[in-house]
Amino acid sequence: MHKLHLELQSLDSATAMGLKPQEYEKVIEIMGRVPNLVELGMFAVMWSEHCSYKHSRRALRQFPTTGARVLQGPGENAGVVDIGDDLALVFKIESHNHPSAIEPYQGAATGVGGIVRDVFAMGARPVALLNSLRFGELDSAHQRWLFSGVVAGIAGYGNCLGIPTVGGEVYFNQSYTGNCLVNAMCVGLIDHASLAKGKAAGVGNRVILIGASTGRDGIHGATFASEELSEQSAKKRPSVQVGDPFMEKLLLEACLELIKDKVIIGMQDLGAAGLTSSSSEMAARAGTGLELDVARVPRRESNMNPYEIMLSESQERMLLVVEPEKVSIVAERCAKWGLTATDVGQVTDDGLLRILDDGEVAAELSAAALASEGPVYSPVGAVPAWQESVRCLDYSTIKEPQDLSEVLVALLSTPNIASKEWVYRQYDHMVRGDTVILPGSDAAMLRIKGTQKGIAMSVDCNSRYVYLDPYTGGAIAVAEAARNVACSGAEPLAVTNCLNFGNPEKPEVFYQLNSAIQGMAAACNALNTPVTGGNVSLYNETKGQAIYPTPTVGMVGLIEDIEKRVTQGFKNEGDTVYLLGTTHDELGGSEYLKLRHGLEQGMPPQLNLQLEVHLQKLLVSAAKQGLLRSAHDCAEGGLAVTLSESAISGSKGVVIELINQGALRLDSLLFGESQSRVIVSVAPQDNAQFELLCGGHNVPCQTVGKVQGRSVVVRVDGQEVIAKTLGEIQKAWREAIPCLMSQ
Amino acid sequence: MKFGIVVFPGSNCDVDCYHAAKEVLGQPTEYVWHQEQDLSRFDCLVIPGGFSYGDYLRCGAIARFSPAMEAIARESERGKLVLGICNGFQILLESGLLPGAMLRNNHLQFRCEERHLRLENNRTPFTNLGEVGQVLRIPIAHAEGNYFIDENGLAELKRHNQIAFRYCDEQGRITPESNPNGSIENIAGITNRRGNILGMMPHPERAAEAILGCTDGKLVWVSILKWWGDIHA
Repeated sequence: MHKLHLELQSLDSATAMGLKPQEYEKVIEIMGRVPNLVELGMFAVMWSEHCSYKHSRRALRQFPTTGARVLQGPGENAGVVDIGDDLALVFKIESHNHPSAIEPYQGAATGVGGIVRDVFAMGARPVALLNSLRFGELDSAHQRWLFSGVVAGIAGYGNCLGIPTVGGEVYFNQSYTGNCLVNAMCVGLIDHASLAKGKAAGVGNRVILIGASTGRDGIHGATFASEELSEQSAKKRPSVQVGDPFMEKLLLEACLELIKDKVIIGMQDLGAAGLTSSSSEMAARAGTGLELDVARVPRRESNMNPYEIMLSESQERMLLVVEPEKVSIVAERCAKWGLTATDVGQVTDDGLLRILDDGEVAAELSAAALASEGPVYSPVGAVPAWQESVRCLDYSTIKEPQDLSEVLVALLSTPNIASKEWVYRQYDHMVRGDTVILPGSDAAMLRIKGTQKGIAMSVDCNSRYVYLDPYTGGAIAVAEAARNVACSGAEPLAVTNCLNFGNPEKPEVFYQLNSAIQGMAAACNALNTPVTGGNVSLYNETKGQAIYPTPTVGMVGLIEDIEKRVTQGFKNEGDTVYLLGTTHDELGGSEYLKLRHGLEQGMPPQLNLQLEVHLQKLLVSAAKQGLLRSAHDCAEGGLAVTLSESAISGSKGVVIELINQGALRLDSLLFGESQSRVIVSVAPQDNAQFELLCGGHNVPCQTVGKVQGRSVVVRVDGQEVIAKTLGEIQKAWREAIPCLMSQ
Repeated sequence: MKFGIVVFPGSNCDVDCYHAAKEVLGQPTEYVWHQEQDLSRFDCLVIPGGFSYGDYLRCGAIARFSPAMEAIARESERGKLVLGICNGFQILLESGLLPGAMLRNNHLQFRCEERHLRLENNRTPFTNLGEVGQVLRIPIAHAEGNYFIDENGLAELKRHNQIAFRYCDEQGRITPESNPNGSIENIAGITNRRGNILGMMPHPERAAEAILGCTDGKLVWVSILKWWGDIHA
């Protein structure tokens, strides 16, 4: 019988699979012969940007990846940091942008599924999910369809798994109209002793595939993720996988039981590039080979050939390596959970990935070559021609508004600033009963039962800043994520990131990528928050137009005594309100400038990393001493929005007296987004001690008012410039997104 | 008092209920795998929330056939307490231990948020420490909590005082705005006629400790303990 998958493949089929001519030559050089269809397909997916990081790998080396708490840096399924008491956090963020742009519900759902498997593949119990989402503007019906589909998909999958979705961010900007972003982050908790690795160690050990059966869904999904979206992309809907969260829940419980009983040598999920990536990466990490017989793989469709089986991205599957005598324990445990476990092969000593089809060799290639010897490029960066012009901002042409109260209300009702309750009320954010700071504060917080500790988490990126100045924007993304965590009283520990950019082969895009990484690395170094992993999502373009560069930062932090946690809402009438940090004349890149003047221009606010470090140490220290009644980061919308949010969250009014005396424009003072600023409230009896602490940390601290009444009132040099009742601002802020979504 | 927390494939509030019974109430508590046939060692069986069998087909439709549900029916006949929360309530409806049926939320979205409930009947083992008309703040988290029962069934529920909780506003008024899912007459929880089985959509285990922001749900747990203490006094 003639077997199509054994036919030797020409350059034409290689380019059709997304390989470049020189990459095809390299395949031939490595193999010493022309590859057949199965082999070429395996190279094509493993050497896609999504799996190989071929355009980003060198730039990524600029991140600091080590630190006293880092137990596992980049390279494994997820990063791991020590939090004491023999406990560790396992966490990672990953993109599912292209699938979500085509099929929002399933694209987003399977994005959650993938990141959760990455975390439990390390042996950890997933305890929290976060996400970072970006769409075009909501006046478009298509964008509303994407937004509601993505949120429903995340909810449908995460809720069923019983992992609380505790935090996230959503932004709307024209640049994401053709290419939405869906980044999902998972955080898990583990005992040091249970830490598992994705290694196929021990020659003669068995390879067991467990979970869902394999279908034709998602073939070449990783390749799809590594090219620009086009009008033809809708035809790639079959490349989008369909999720089964119930299967994932069974898989999760079965795997954690097997880990607990120390049955597993190595474990990895089948994500992008399916069986090809999991098998080659597990072998490459252990320096071994694997022999798999695809005829044994349970299939859900008939007549699947080895090419399709090796490249399928069917969801909810895990690959385990176990000692031969423990195969029966795996089978037994899987049967309890109603899962199929199939012995598909063994670990060998020859470094080769040998794919058999009912005993007959269908592919034979070096596991290391597939997993770690892919091409590495050094793209050239060049500052885009338009960069200088968008950075220019002539303040004299920007008219100061007369009615600042009205501007505040308008800002509070822009979807970028308005309450995201419409989103997070669709997520079960309380299941497992550990969420002590619910969505809607700067960072979410979970308790760790059996200890006094808590973990804080945040995701952040202001991509407009990155667009205007990639270095500063990248640094701000890290600083703000850390500041959010510090505002809760927790010490920021480590970073995972998801770098969403355009086509890196274009010099202006690579410039953005490389500069953003440099800015992020500088902030990570200053804040002592190393990067433990993440993912890159490049080629986020439609019709040649790249998205705003969006390096999403996921931050985890630790608070030793959870009773000392701080939230953003004002607490008690009469508490003193302080502004920490300094306000400069900075309107560039602000939400205000976009909303009132239609400009996405200027230099983003500058970031003084030394001040940022001092500020965050002050926040953690003040929280520890119990001095903070509330703390809220000054972000989009500036001081006026920050004060309003603290007022709304605490259902308490505030009266603010600012002294300006012509130093700053009023719109800069109230709506500018200067960095390293936090609004805190402190009980009157603690004022002196708090001010002393600020002095000790070299952080500028200004008394600006009191928690008082039922309105937000701001006076500048004695003159009232903002006065709105809590009811008015709350209505604007809470109803904006539901109102837009009910069109 | 001994608590059993039933675990189906897909249950996910089992950990939370275990914590409430074991740590908050301080009572001996065990997980019960859905294939267990003898549950006579327990005084109270809790069917927790989650997505048993993925909620495929219909919420609770597959779980009702498990050996544990047969055992629960037997134990309830002997007067043992059964508390079904969220998916547990749905399973109790599917298995016929409670009357009525559950529809999708009328807005078709999942909803997770704190809600106010009015306690309608304090003469049950689950509510005996409360007052009729008392307003409790307890979170909900479901996509299918739109309780429905036909006219005769509703009249029966009322005649036998089987409505335990209704959604209300902060002041205890039963209003359309305070109904999060479209349930008939704002019903949030009902008992069987005998009063030893309670099904409720809100999650009392999520509101049983100050650190979680609210302790109103503790009333249900502590009432159970008091009832048991009284009959064993």
